[in-house]
Amino acid sequence: MSLIEITEVKKRFGDNEVLKGINIDVEPGEVIAIIGKSGSGKSTLLRCINGLETIDDGSISVAGAQLLPDELHLKALRLKVGMIFQGFNLFPHLTAGRNVMLSQMVVKKTPKAEAEVMAKKMLERVGLGHKFDAYPDQLSGGQQQRVAIARALAMQPIALLCDEITSALDPELVNEVLAVVKELASEGMTLLMVTHEMRFARDVCSRVVFMHQGRVHEIGPPEEVFANPKTPELKQFLGVTH
Amino acid sequence: MNYAFDFGWLADYWPVLLKGIGITVELTLVGGALGVSLGIACAWARALGPGWLKPIVAAYVEMIRNTPFLIQLFFIFFGLPALGLRMGELPAANLAMVINLGAYGCEIIRAGIQATPRGQFEAGASLGMSRIQTFWYVVLVPALQRIWPALSSQIVIVMLGSAAVSQIAAEDLTFAANFIQSRTFRAFETYFAATLIYLALAIVLRQLLRGLGWTIFPRRTAR
Repeated sequence: MSLIEITEVKKRFGDNEVLKGINIDVEPGEVIAIIGKSGSGKSTLLRCINGLETIDDGSISVAGAQLLPDELHLKALRLKVGMIFQGFNLFPHLTAGRNVMLSQMVVKKTPKAEAEVMAKKMLERVGLGHKFDAYPDQLSGGQQQRVAIARALAMQPIALLCDEITSALDPELVNEVLAVVKELASEGMTLLMVTHEMRFARDVCSRVVFMHQGRVHEIGPPEEVFANPKTPELKQFLGVTH
Repeated sequence: MNYAFDFGWLADYWPVLLKGIGITVELTLVGGALGVSLGIACAWARALGPGWLKPIVAAYVEMIRNTPFLIQLFFIFFGLPALGLRMGELPAANLAMVINLGAYGCEIIRAGIQATPRGQFEAGASLGMSRIQTFWYVVLVPALQRIWPALSSQIVIVMLGSAAVSQIAAEDLTFAANFIQSRTFRAFETYFAATLIYLALAIVLRQLLRGLGWTIFPRRTAR
């Protein structure tokens, strides 16, 4: 059984069908890059997997549990699947450490001391142990995104969804975030990432999904997808981005 | 002009003034704390609450914001006993101030909540927090920070507006001033003193609220 099973998922915004029947199965430990033009539905797909958007048709299951849109099921799902956003979305009134502690204490009812130990550990893991008491506005974009990763990791998810997590960063800060992601991948974390970092996708990912007009247009290992694109759309997309 | 100013009598009436100041301060503290709490609850209901609750809160807010405070006070103190709801002048004054600030505070705080970037709600949700947990732990403090100056002003306005409670014989600072004036016939001196005391109270209250803001909001909100 796959870890994440996406079956015939459809999503409409009004008259605009953004996802037109998506099928992807993700195995434990896989690192999947989702690429495609803007408007192809890749971010929407990711947001559906975490229940931030409700799906109109089809099904999504994570570790055998079906995604249902009520608060109880969503909470169970979100404990298994963490999400990292393009805009970091750190809580501005809390220190880095508190950002990582909050959901542990509120959602998992972890005692404060324990949550603090976990927060320190996770901040160490992303190389920011020394920034425990810094507020988000005292951190660079790359550091903020690493805190966001630590915050997601502290909930001990079995998979992470990364929605263009380096797109809002200055070029020189992209690598410090990708290095953290690469490390997670090597430790066996299951990752689904929407990304424009083609080199990263090629080097780190086990499979690449090319989305086009709401469908999975091509899917396969990176060497195949990048070296030998089959469809004209992917050829054109790769031509444009390289 | 042959009016002879005389502030010497003030010494005799200090206890009366002090008691009045005490009651005005008490009304402001209770009204401010409970009023802001009510405002937060109503702001949540209007911005994020269930559909059935929104029109109820909207009706309350519009009713209070479009009627005079004095009438609200009279209704509570003189009107409600007809329904068997009888209370003393101080509880009635406190209640009127809480209800009044609750309505104005609701609209101010709601603006702060609605200015919250969507990503903050999504981050809370993606970490498994319920909507109410996200509101309480994630959204509320930055929202209050955004509108703190406006909310502080409203609290000062409510403090100054508390002068109206003297009309139901709650013995606040204005009641004390009226009492002294009726005894001494020294209208100018009495109300001059009352004016200075209100001014001082307002300045101190503003400073306290600013200091409170610094302790609740350690950082400028980054957007």
